[in-house]
Amino acid sequence: MISKLDDALQFHQTALTMRGYRQQLLASNIANADTPNFKARDIDFSSALQGALSSRPTNTGLAVTSPRHIGSSGENTTGARVLYRTPVQPSIDGNTVNMDVERTQFAENAIHYEANLTLLNGQIRFMMAAIQG
Amino acid sequence: MSLFNVFDIAGSAMAAQSQRLNVVASNLSNADSATSSNGQPYRAKQVVFSATQINPQGASGVRVAGVIDDPTPMKMVYEPQHPLANAQGYVTMPNVNVVGEMVNMISASRSYQNNVDMMNTAKSMLLKVLTIGQ
Repeated sequence: MISKLDDALQFHQTALTMRGYRQQLLASNIANADTPNFKARDIDFSSALQGALSSRPTNTGLAVTSPRHIGSSGENTTGARVLYRTPVQPSIDGNTVNMDVERTQFAENAIHYEANLTLLNGQIRFMMAAIQG
Repeated sequence: MSLFNVFDIAGSAMAAQSQRLNVVASNLSNADSATSSNGQPYRAKQVVFSATQINPQGASGVRVAGVIDDPTPMKMVYEPQHPLANAQGYVTMPNVNVVGEMVNMISASRSYQNNVDMMNTAKSMLLKVLTIGQ
């Protein structure tokens, strides 16, 4: 029974973790808008979520078997592969942050996050109704 | 909780941008300082930003790597009656580019606002998280 409850909420939990992680990446892009040679990074959300749900990480980073090894970029706890953005208008200082893109993605991600929470709340309310009769 | 990292990232960027604004203020107010405590005319300062790893998950904040002296040549103004004029009658004035500094100021303040916005968004997301199951 408990595993059924867990299954019901698993999707939302994974999606929220992934959204939170993406928010963090987008925040670091916006924060570094004036840093020379900074490359904007993001994850491909749908493939990252699919990878996390099928518990088959899409991360193809190097395996680290000793604490003295240097991990490849793109390694993180969510298993998502962190990619670099293709610059539309690269600037001369090597910075690839496009503020318009980052701001819209940031807002979009925040709305998706809140929508996810609303759906999760609906599901919990649904189950509470089933339990209480 | 990765959302809390947004505060660290935005906070580091706000600190860096405010330091940039400080440097702009120093440059603009000393745009005409022909001499200083060491006897030399004021040299314009510029901040150097660098990305710094906040956590091992790929997100990075901003750090001011250093404040450098602007390498552009000093302005030479012909003013023979000035007490600091050299033998040819020229006074060495600071290499502050006032127009450039104004643009720098606007850019810093916009970036600061962006980061404040980002913090507010993250805050409203976290507050929404607190309503789970209510």
